[in-house]
Amino acid sequence: MKAQNASDSDAVHWVHDAGRWQLLLQGDWRGRTLPLPAPPVPGPAPGEHIVVSGQALSGWDHDAAPRLWGLLAPLRRAGAVVDLGALPDALRAPLELALPAPDSPQEQVPEHVDEGGILARLRAGWEDALQTAAFVGEVTLSLGRLVRGKAMMRASDYFRQLDLVGPMSLPIVSLTCFLIGLMLAYMGGAQLERIGAQSFIADVVTVGMVRELAGLMTGVILAGRVGAAFAAQLGTMRANEEIDALRALGVDPFDYLVLPRLLAMLTVAPLLIAYAALVGVLAGLPPVVGIYGVPAWEYLHKSREALTWTHLWIGLFKGTMYIGLVALAGCREGLHAGRDAQSVGTATTTAVVKGLLWIVIAASASTVLFQSLGF
Amino acid sequence: MNAASTAAPTAASTAAASIPAPAAPLVRVVGLTMAFGDEVVQRNLDFDIRRDEVLAIVGASGCGKSTLLRHLIGLQEPAAGQVLYGDQDLHRADDETLASLRRSFGVMFQAGALWSSMTVGENVMLPLRLFSHKPAAERARIARWKLALVGLEGAFELEPAELSGGMRKRAAIARALALDPQLLYLDEPSSGLDPFSAARLDGLILNLRRNLGTTVVMVSHSIESVFAVADRLLYLDHVEKTMTALDAPRVLAETGPERVRAFLHRRSQP
Repeated sequence: MKAQNASDSDAVHWVHDAGRWQLLLQGDWRGRTLPLPAPPVPGPAPGEHIVVSGQALSGWDHDAAPRLWGLLAPLRRAGAVVDLGALPDALRAPLELALPAPDSPQEQVPEHVDEGGILARLRAGWEDALQTAAFVGEVTLSLGRLVRGKAMMRASDYFRQLDLVGPMSLPIVSLTCFLIGLMLAYMGGAQLERIGAQSFIADVVTVGMVRELAGLMTGVILAGRVGAAFAAQLGTMRANEEIDALRALGVDPFDYLVLPRLLAMLTVAPLLIAYAALVGVLAGLPPVVGIYGVPAWEYLHKSREALTWTHLWIGLFKGTMYIGLVALAGCREGLHAGRDAQSVGTATTTAVVKGLLWIVIAASASTVLFQSLGF
Repeated sequence: MNAASTAAPTAASTAAASIPAPAAPLVRVVGLTMAFGDEVVQRNLDFDIRRDEVLAIVGASGCGKSTLLRHLIGLQEPAAGQVLYGDQDLHRADDETLASLRRSFGVMFQAGALWSSMTVGENVMLPLRLFSHKPAAERARIARWKLALVGLEGAFELEPAELSGGMRKRAAIARALALDPQLLYLDEPSSGLDPFSAARLDGLILNLRRNLGTTVVMVSHSIESVFAVADRLLYLDHVEKTMTALDAPRVLAETGPERVRAFLHRRSQP
């Protein structure tokens, strides 16, 4: 029986004779890239031989082997026995490599998991929220162990984290809050000058810095500087199995790794926020004196008058909450990072993004709450 | 060794013929099934870890060797079955028992997993600090001794990053030995090591067993290491998703199931 594929008859010629298939390659294949035609239906049955012959092939290029592979691989997978002996060596060798021998087993390749669908993303988001809730629960239990004196926390780790979080953050906090205070005084003064109320610049700067901006800016700075560092440290420890080594020893990673970081952040937070507020308020002095002509003593006196205990404790409370959230975001992402280098990078980025997001949500909620309570 | 107990499991029915059966096993794994969600990694694993033996767990990549190790040390919960240390199921023990069981074994992870924020000496001393009441000077003395046992007496003050890969693994073994465990789990001790370092580590494993009486369970891809140190070999089959052989490596290389022989002779799988 003879069968011919009409679609590309000048490139290959299929012949089926006496239970054996022949694939005759013919003509000049150079510059040709179209797929080769499949054998006529029903095609080679499992176990049937396909003899590929290149005797009538007058020329070919580097695309010839991939084109033949594209034609023969599905047939080979379906059980046909492909005989490449009649092909030129340069064409046969790569095809033999790409078409495994009939008796060699196929290696199982993991199935691709598509994570791009909306449902998959929603599910991932839900699982992430559950993990975060579980993480907060674990931290609470760990704090409970600390209170009962049963937590395996090293004091030296706590002091090391204090150094990282506190003194080493001072330069960037100083610079940022100085510039924020400066801008607040400059822009606030420009508006107040229009109604002749320059003497109230001190109120704007003091209340703005102490109650809102010092905590917010310190939280943002620590999210980038410390939250990211926590995620990177813990993520790397996880990738290197250091956390597994702790758990295998019976040491709770929350006690040993999360508590020192969280407590260091919470210890340093009020001090850092108070310092940031002071820098911001003092930064308002140069524009107020130099541009708007308010005497320095009056600015400082008004600032002192504007500063109430309510503003102070609200500012310290909110800022400490932001910084606690930053610590939680950093530790949570680090402990749940994957076990490769890319995952550590992802965890670091996510820690910063989550830290900032949580700060904004907490800032909005607490502002509404304190206003509605009359503070 | 006494030739009494240890019911050899299904696939290991030939073990009794080739290896003298010892006294009560240190660990019994009974009907262990490991899974990630719905995906079963290995099912119905039944085997013992005998005192004073070196047991190698082998199999193709992805067959669940390291997962089995994580079940044996309690880092992962089984889908079914038990890991019994004596009469205590590791996965159902209360906190106090679990802590005590964990102190009965040491673990060396694949890359050593030394805590990078501490010196090598501090790494070895940490388990002592957490779980013993020894004063600092004695902890340091013991840590130096453990490091000497693995040939790293000069590494006490060094950072883990200053050590070579082989040294890091030996330091991790020293840390695992800190609390004098009866049982040592090693995850891929030879991986990533040059032949000299790998041979040195093999020698160390044999010395630990001979001189300290430490039972060793190692997950390994290195056929050379397995033949050099293992008394028995447990093969986890990635196709059948269960153990298909448990016997002396040389016995399995000659008379084991086809896929196990192919594995041990480094042929592509049948």
